[in-house]
Amino acid sequence: MPTDVRAFDPEVLRGDFPALDQSVDGHPLVYLDNAATTQKPRAVIEALDRYYEADNANVHRGIHELSRRATEAFEGARSKVARWINAADATEIVWTRGTTEAINLVAFAHGFDMLGAGDEILLSILEHHSNIVPWQLVAARTGATIRYIEIDDDGEWILEDLPDLVGPRTKIVALNHVSNALGTINPVEKVVEHVRSRAPEAVILLDGAQAAAHMDVDVQALGVDFYAFSGHKVCGPTGIGALWGRKDRLEAMSPWQGGGEMISVVERDHSTWAAVPHKFEAGTPNIAGAVGMGAAIDYVGAVGKPAILAHERDVVGYAIRQLESRFGDRIRIWGPKALDRRSGVVSFSLDFAHPHDIATILDSEGVAVRAGHHCAQLVMKRYGVPATARASFYLYNTIEDVDRMVSALGTVEDFFG
Amino acid sequence: MADSGSDSGDYAEPKLNSLYQHLILEHYKSPRNRGEVEDPTVEIHMQNPTCGDEIKLTLKVENGRIAEVKHTGQGCSISQAAVSMMSQLLADRPLDDAGRIAERFTEMMHGDEEARKDRSMGDLRALAGVSRFPVRVKCALLGFDALQEALKEIGAAT
Repeated sequence: MPTDVRAFDPEVLRGDFPALDQSVDGHPLVYLDNAATTQKPRAVIEALDRYYEADNANVHRGIHELSRRATEAFEGARSKVARWINAADATEIVWTRGTTEAINLVAFAHGFDMLGAGDEILLSILEHHSNIVPWQLVAARTGATIRYIEIDDDGEWILEDLPDLVGPRTKIVALNHVSNALGTINPVEKVVEHVRSRAPEAVILLDGAQAAAHMDVDVQALGVDFYAFSGHKVCGPTGIGALWGRKDRLEAMSPWQGGGEMISVVERDHSTWAAVPHKFEAGTPNIAGAVGMGAAIDYVGAVGKPAILAHERDVVGYAIRQLESRFGDRIRIWGPKALDRRSGVVSFSLDFAHPHDIATILDSEGVAVRAGHHCAQLVMKRYGVPATARASFYLYNTIEDVDRMVSALGTVEDFFG
Repeated sequence: MADSGSDSGDYAEPKLNSLYQHLILEHYKSPRNRGEVEDPTVEIHMQNPTCGDEIKLTLKVENGRIAEVKHTGQGCSISQAAVSMMSQLLADRPLDDAGRIAERFTEMMHGDEEARKDRSMGDLRALAGVSRFPVRVKCALLGFDALQEALKEIGAAT
């Protein structure tokens, strides 16, 4: 792993990822589905192996040496996550299964208790289903209503609507930092400023699933209450993620799951709770996952997120230019036109082929892209398409990967054009 | 380098060509029986939630036979070609036949050799190659899922 800072070179970096070194149907793999999940560097795979081979034990409850080591690794990873997003304190980090569970935690532990009829939840139609459906559950349970920030033709929030959308009834604002479907880097700062002035008591949650791997995140500077993200989208293992919550917000919330770890004292008829964050971590946690996520953060941090974002911008810019020059008005590339408004995602439609047929043909040439609604059906409905094809890039993707994709799209044209 | 893409099929032609046969693309571009039957005996709306493909199938049944069958909707070449071919084959068939065709086609999608060679399956045999693309089998079956649902409703009503 790159413990020292080295010059950013995707060709060198891809050597750190064993899964990239394989062929599919006789073609070297081109992996362009990073918005779904990133590949794992050897450093993460080895950290998982090391943990299971040497340190495996349950955390926070043993006196023995292995339990001490496991606890130290587990809590050490929590501290890494805290530093990574500039949390004030590691006790503000709650381990979850991922972003989805982190959002559900806030929906269940805060939303169910604090909302009532007439209250409003503000989302945007650019949200992933994981930041819509939990709030629909809250609305159904509490009588609250959901309102949406709409998007324009370029996949940007229509901020002019904010004065109508935000007011004293607004109790929860839950928005994605970066869109998984279109790649839009959302102007969350502007919304936060507006919400804080018009609805000072509203709780603001950001879904950082698509942001945390690509840009520096400073939760204190963002001025929000909760920030959720996943390990597996930042080169870490699946099944682990984190919810950051402002300490006072976390302390004001009741537990959402009961069990071991989350209690202080258990009596016959009641119990008292452990301090945050353990109050929200019932049961044996994903210890290895947390250790792996810590290793992933070390890896990505050493590569450097500003360098990653700059590289993605180069590759995405190249991809858009190539696609437009090859297919002209037969391709529609969704999302922001300005490159600095876009992360490593290129979502597109060809007027002569369905996204599934595109993905199947690309796959037959070793190019992995996603086709579908990307768990963002409100976005698809807004643009009147059932699905799009989506190429999403990360630190190990190269200009050659783009060329391979465009070449495979030529095969799509051969069949369907 | 590991090669995960070994192709166990016994087809001589390249894998992709076995999927996107001329006949499939032709049905996709010029679907048969597209539209809605007036005053249908049964109307089924079927959606694949993972991809958004959708089919609305309308049938008119007279004297135990399928007098008319039409479809609308949108989706990939496989789902749309399959429902077009299906509609072609169903017209003026006894209901029992329709059930048999649906079963036979499902067998074909699971790689059954006999089903692939069954001439009574008409143009649908062109879809045999889909069985080599497991993630696309659900596309081919969408129209037949709608048909099975329709037959169930007709069965319940009579």
